[in-house]
Amino acid sequence: MRWLRENLFGSWGSTLATLGILWLAWMLLPPFVEWAFLKAVWFAPDSRPCRAEGAGACWALIAEKHRFILFGTYPYEQHWRPGAAILVLFALYTASALRRFWRPALALAWLGGLALIGLLMWGGVLGLPYVENERWGGLMLTLLLATFGIAFAFPISILLALGRRTRLPAVRALAVAWIELVRGVPLISLLFMASVMLPLFLPEGVSIDKLLRALIAMIVFAAAYLAEVVRGGLQAVPHGQVEAADALGLPYWRKTLLVVLPQALRVAIPPLVNTFIGFFKDTSLVVIIGLFDLLTSIKVALIEPAWSGFGVEAYLFAALVYFVFCYAMSRYSQDLERELERSRTHALKGN
Amino acid sequence: MRARAAAAQLALLAAVGFVVWYLASNTAHNLEARKIASGFGFLAREAGFEIGESPFLAYGAADSYARAIVVGLINTFRVALIGIVLATVLGTLIGLARLSHNWLLAKLAAGYVEVVRNVPLLVQLFFLYAVITENLPGPREALNPLPGVFLSNRGIAFPVLAPHAAHAWMVLAFALGVALAVLLARWARRRQAATGQPFPALAAGAALVLGTPLVVFLAAGAPLALARPELQGFNYAGGAVLTPEFAALLGGLTLYTAAFIAEIVRAGVQAVDRGQFEAAYSLGLPRRRTMRLVILPQALRVIVPPLTSQYLNLTKNSSLAVAIGYPDLVSIANTTMNQTGQAIEGIAIIMAVYLTISLSISGLMNWYNARIALKGARQ
Repeated sequence: MRWLRENLFGSWGSTLATLGILWLAWMLLPPFVEWAFLKAVWFAPDSRPCRAEGAGACWALIAEKHRFILFGTYPYEQHWRPGAAILVLFALYTASALRRFWRPALALAWLGGLALIGLLMWGGVLGLPYVENERWGGLMLTLLLATFGIAFAFPISILLALGRRTRLPAVRALAVAWIELVRGVPLISLLFMASVMLPLFLPEGVSIDKLLRALIAMIVFAAAYLAEVVRGGLQAVPHGQVEAADALGLPYWRKTLLVVLPQALRVAIPPLVNTFIGFFKDTSLVVIIGLFDLLTSIKVALIEPAWSGFGVEAYLFAALVYFVFCYAMSRYSQDLERELERSRTHALKGN
Repeated sequence: MRARAAAAQLALLAAVGFVVWYLASNTAHNLEARKIASGFGFLAREAGFEIGESPFLAYGAADSYARAIVVGLINTFRVALIGIVLATVLGTLIGLARLSHNWLLAKLAAGYVEVVRNVPLLVQLFFLYAVITENLPGPREALNPLPGVFLSNRGIAFPVLAPHAAHAWMVLAFALGVALAVLLARWARRRQAATGQPFPALAAGAALVLGTPLVVFLAAGAPLALARPELQGFNYAGGAVLTPEFAALLGGLTLYTAAFIAEIVRAGVQAVDRGQFEAAYSLGLPRRRTMRLVILPQALRVIVPPLTSQYLNLTKNSSLAVAIGYPDLVSIANTTMNQTGQAIEGIAIIMAVYLTISLSISGLMNWYNARIALKGARQ
């Protein structure tokens, strides 16, 4: 009772706000629950039950197309391969999230894992039929774009961040140019560049496929944004640490690898995860250049006349999938931040 | 050591130079092979495509590509400017709501921020566009939530003030009011510095800014005639109509950016030390002046830099218009590239425009930061 009075009816304004919200919920929630759950059509081979008078949300669209949304146009009887690849990806994500696995061997695990995923997806050996990457798609492609994009962009971003802080003017100018130019333009212009300009850059007869071109654009883009986060981490390293390393006579690279980067990256992890979230959301832009990711497969599922007109349900589902991944990452980053903060204050008290 | 550094840099520059030269020579060769003339000569040619909406600048299919691109630029600025204003207002409200003592309101605002920030903007745009085009009724059965406002799958029609000669004078009067208010504020500050006497410059300034146009308005006989949208055939005429594309893009950009702005506002207010409140009260400053003179300037120092980068993000995100068919700069440049094959020039135009906007805003930002930075504080 006391809690209610203090937190909901603390003042006239507060009471008014509470009543307004309750009224809105009363107006909106029952019809929504009725539409989304009570009257929804969950399973149906076609959309006829959904088009009946008084029918609610048409989740049957998702149920019917789930394989397509997960794996795109990957050959149906081979779907266990992208399925297994997703499991490998999740194992890698989980291992990277646990602090007890944060050691150099993790990088090796990533290399091995990504190679295994390539093997599963492409095939062509060990009796697996070859599947060209034009046929990769769905949620699998979204995860691949995000994972490979980060995996390649992250090392580049460290070099860019170091380049921006070096005393060598030419290196610094190149790093600044990359970072500022990329951050000044929308991602979509880089994707257009990759899809229409990159073919012009290559010598005649050489061509790289659409997926790889888009991936290159995403890596260039992500590297610039990650570089700024890493730079923030580098700035947080106390100057005394650098001076101490200098006093020990460590050369630049050993100083950077052994003293500066471990401290800088530790500070930068929470904002890095936030940038990963942004990048994961940005992979949805490949729909504009016609790559077959999660969002594209949902859009394509809607083109079919049998299922057209259920965009609201389809995009709500897409939003839910993206939300689950992004929310998990953001919770993780918040927990990690708290934990790192605690261990830092603990260390300070210990001294 | 210095010689080695110089040599390494020279080698890097040479490598970059070689790559650039190699790509450029490939490109020249490819363009020749495909018989594509480079250069911006194509801009003068007839575009030959229609554009759904071209406010402020008449445009037809017979106009040039250059004019089409200018229309795109205007459309980009239109949606970005309106979006920035709306997102700032909504974001500030949500940010303050998160700090509210009302538990329900704070949780609602927090939930909004969590949901909106964790879903890609493009999905939100597709969703809004689907809601407008698939779920709203046709113009004949349009929803009519407020008198004169019609929601249909052809867009949102609403009444606007019918044009009247007095409106132009009111704009002039408004400018005059702003100028007078600035002068008044200067005078008040000088007087307070000289005599210690405060003057309610804010209230008087507001009265000048709002009052001057109001006087003109009343003197002209209060022309409040509305141009109402009316159903004609299959669509609305009169009033103002937001196309579904514009409405979805504006709505998406506003809702998405507002969530980020809300977090910035909240962080800014929370960044001001409690002691600042207490110190101001113990000096005997009343609450309003505490806010205006002590809290707000400090909160703004934290809020403004990330806020500007959100404005830039919104402007860059408006390029997602191409996905739902709103004719912004990117979408028109894309059509142009597809028709003429002038990919390099098209992308160069897009990038040049966005870079100009980004670099000039960040230049402005650096100047502002230097101005409001704590004097004597280390960078």
